[in-house]
Amino acid sequence: MKVKVISRSTEDFTRERSKDLQKVFRNYDPNLHTQEKAVEYTRALNAAKLEKIFAKPFIGAMDGHIDAVSCMAKNPNYLKAIFSGSMDGDIRLWDLATRKTVCQFPGHQGAVKGLTSSTNGELLVSCGTDCTVRLWKVPSLNFDSTVDTSKPSAIYTWKHAFRGVDHQWNSSIFATAGAQVDIWDHNRSEPINTFQWGNDSVISIRFNPGEPNLLATSSSDRGVVLYDLRTSSPFKKIIMQTKTNSICWNPMEPINFTAANEDCNCYTFDARKLDEAKVVHKDHVSAVMDVDYSPTGREFVTGSYDRTVRIFNYNGDHSREIYHTKRMQRVFCVRYSCDASYVISGSDDTNLRLWKSKASEQLGVLLPRERKKHEYHDALKARFKHLPEIRRIVKHRHLPKPVYKAAILRRTVTEAENRKEQRRQAHSAPGSSSRKPFRKRKIIKEES
Amino acid sequence: MGEKEESNEPQSLNPASNQEEGILDKLEKKAKKYLRGNKTNLKNLRDKKLKGQLEVREKIYGNTAKVAARAEEWLKPSEEGLLEPENPLERTYRIQQSSILPEVDVLSVSKAFDMKLPDLGPYTIRYLSNGRYMLLGGQKGHLAMIDVLKMDCIKEFQVKERVRDVVFLQNDQLFAVAQKKFTYVYNRHGTEIHCLKDNQHPLKLEYLEKHFLLVGTNNFSQLHYQDISTGQVVANYRTGLGPTSVMSSNPYNSIISLGHSGGKLTMWKPTSGKPLITMLCHHGPITAVAYHPSGNLVATAGMDKKVKIWDLRKFESIHSIPGHAQTLDFSQKGLLALANGSRIQVWRDKGDQDFGLYMTHSIPKGYQVGTVKFRPYEDVLGLGHSMGFSSILIPGSGEPNFDSWVANPYETSKQRSKKEVRALLDKLPPESIMLDPGSIGMVRERQRKEKLTKREIEQQMVEAVVEVKSNVEIKNKTKGRNKPSKRAKRKQEEVFNAKKPFLEKQRETKEGPPQKKRRVLLEVAEDLPKSLQRFAKKKPM
Repeated sequence: MKVKVISRSTEDFTRERSKDLQKVFRNYDPNLHTQEKAVEYTRALNAAKLEKIFAKPFIGAMDGHIDAVSCMAKNPNYLKAIFSGSMDGDIRLWDLATRKTVCQFPGHQGAVKGLTSSTNGELLVSCGTDCTVRLWKVPSLNFDSTVDTSKPSAIYTWKHAFRGVDHQWNSSIFATAGAQVDIWDHNRSEPINTFQWGNDSVISIRFNPGEPNLLATSSSDRGVVLYDLRTSSPFKKIIMQTKTNSICWNPMEPINFTAANEDCNCYTFDARKLDEAKVVHKDHVSAVMDVDYSPTGREFVTGSYDRTVRIFNYNGDHSREIYHTKRMQRVFCVRYSCDASYVISGSDDTNLRLWKSKASEQLGVLLPRERKKHEYHDALKARFKHLPEIRRIVKHRHLPKPVYKAAILRRTVTEAENRKEQRRQAHSAPGSSSRKPFRKRKIIKEES
Repeated sequence: MGEKEESNEPQSLNPASNQEEGILDKLEKKAKKYLRGNKTNLKNLRDKKLKGQLEVREKIYGNTAKVAARAEEWLKPSEEGLLEPENPLERTYRIQQSSILPEVDVLSVSKAFDMKLPDLGPYTIRYLSNGRYMLLGGQKGHLAMIDVLKMDCIKEFQVKERVRDVVFLQNDQLFAVAQKKFTYVYNRHGTEIHCLKDNQHPLKLEYLEKHFLLVGTNNFSQLHYQDISTGQVVANYRTGLGPTSVMSSNPYNSIISLGHSGGKLTMWKPTSGKPLITMLCHHGPITAVAYHPSGNLVATAGMDKKVKIWDLRKFESIHSIPGHAQTLDFSQKGLLALANGSRIQVWRDKGDQDFGLYMTHSIPKGYQVGTVKFRPYEDVLGLGHSMGFSSILIPGSGEPNFDSWVANPYETSKQRSKKEVRALLDKLPPESIMLDPGSIGMVRERQRKEKLTKREIEQQMVEAVVEVKSNVEIKNKTKGRNKPSKRAKRKQEEVFNAKKPFLEKQRETKEGPPQKKRRVLLEVAEDLPKSLQRFAKKKPM
């Protein structure tokens, strides 16, 4: 007969010296791992609760301005730098790590309405209500530089007040928004080109990151206009029901842009097909003042007049996250940091605030084990996120009372409108009145 | 010569490719075991985004199953045991321990031993889930914890009371003993840690690892669940079928099954007071129950001289072994051991759930076997009998490769304490015990209330009336007036009360849901358009 019995020698299964690692053996047989789903569900529940425990998104406030912060700009050369301009003409360069001012750029007489960095990061362009465009040399953050920031390298005065400025992504051209759209070059003291469609002033302006000659602007006649520099003319315009405060192109999908509107929604459009919004992002309860995309192109942050900052997914119709503080008043500008980890908001209370983009993220260098654990927890939550207990925990956010009440009010109003519309349709002849889908409803006209 | 060489070459190429094909087939078969169900058919899905996401998921699952199969094939550190006869005439059940022991290595010979403890009653044994520690409980109060890996007696003490059952709690640090009046929890050093007074006169104990639940039956025919991490009593149910000392837990879904004296096998979960399933298994009292590790098979032994093996998916008996059995146990590889008196039999599944006798053993006549338990992760069967304890070798019964994160026989104290913490973090709530543990997170189908037809309503009404007429008795008043007409009237009232709900249902099916009152439209308002008629002045008619 052939006999064989299991016999294990202890040396094969234990470590030799105390400095060795302990030996781990795995057997993936399902009979040894019973009730896996229940175990995973319990772990997912614990992971959701831990996420809420570690959710501390506010890092710090940057104090220094003496009037409301009206605009901000990122610098492509330095990750931890941000420029901010306030309503009294004060421009500051902040170091985000120490949350202190590095240097100031004094000079503007009125409010600074637009700030932007040039492509190589060495020049800062600012424009304001005192009808001037000023170019400043940016000092390097790492070591003491001999750049004198008390004087701009150039001041260009023009005929009307400016409302916004943006720099082209591959050359030394920048565009300003004011009574009309002006195209400037660094070395010329007059605009090299001017565009206008209609007689109303242009509020905000943004160059396309993928196609450098494409430009999107929003005007005070509730329209969004797209311009092409090669043909030196505007080529598309849509008029919406309410004014758009700010536009931002998606850096990863440059054909799409998101418009922050006065009617508390953000609309994402495909630039090729402007008759319908791709996604309508609803969650704010007051006008959305500014929008900025994350460099991953998957999320964007919005700041609104209702004192909150929200982060949306690029294709999500409701916000993923909301940030608010008692001390933060009307948010006028927001920026997503270039490493997609932080969000900076500038508000009416003269402070800039630094927030984490993922509220429960562990910052700093993670050990590979920690990283794997976080990935496992994220996968668990994603797997069971539809189950009621876990969904309740993950979805829960504390809202300030005015925002909560306002949201309820908005909801009752829209529900009442929907109900009335349904009844109107039910009591009228079939096919006589068709209601436009929501994504088209807010767009009144498209012109080209 | 050239021709011969050519003819040789293609033949020599084939065996290698055949080997490869054989290995690939084997791997595919093994991968099925890790798939946990079939691939879903995504053809009918219309949602393209969801379809894409699910396709990616399915691909990942397929790959992980293949990787697990490959790991099982190439990375396992130990081999399974086997006992094969050399010629077709030889039968494995004739092979004795005395003929196996000389063929096996020294380490395995030391695992088969006899312990003579003649004074202190028949012994109950229990192995810890990693197969390293063992508890001996003699009925006359002798308790001992033994490290079977190092053959070391850790603690031995007397409790001077009747000991009915012993069970390990979360690891070797604590164990529970069902003594005469209460359940006691002892330390590894023999110190009494707790006296659990909630379960009095316990008969049998069982421990559910993942839920930290200690389950016990007692002499008052109650089933008692207690959470040992918080000490809270989760449930205490009266089974209503008499006291029983036949209890086993299903490792697949942590369901407890009790065997009763009427031949019934009932299955319980802590959140319901009634058994989930009641099976009539035998024509006499059930003497033993054991579960297969996959959770699909259960073996029951009854006083009707039969040992039956049931398939729990179809609730059918797939095999019946003639003979009594006082204890039953399934090994990790699916071998069934049954013991009666001084004879032990081991039955094996030859493939496709066809059970055949594999090995037999008999202890000296006069010894009575108390409990039979397979040692996890080893090819050893432990027998607790009236004269002590023996262990014999059963090749092929244990799982050769343990998973360090589930049970590690070579655990250090640090690993043990960390494992305890992790187990507490992953502790499952008692509500998660259900017949099908894979239904957590699945969509529950909506159960629509069926509308009864007219006939069904009438039938139910008739039944209710008959019941009332026959059961309800109107008292004959002896004091005061007691007119027969009044008695008849009261009885009619009772009958009407019983009929009332059915009459309402009947009315509903006839009329439909109650309609809103409509205002009476006056003749005056007829010249107005219909939608404005409600605003017309109401003049008295």
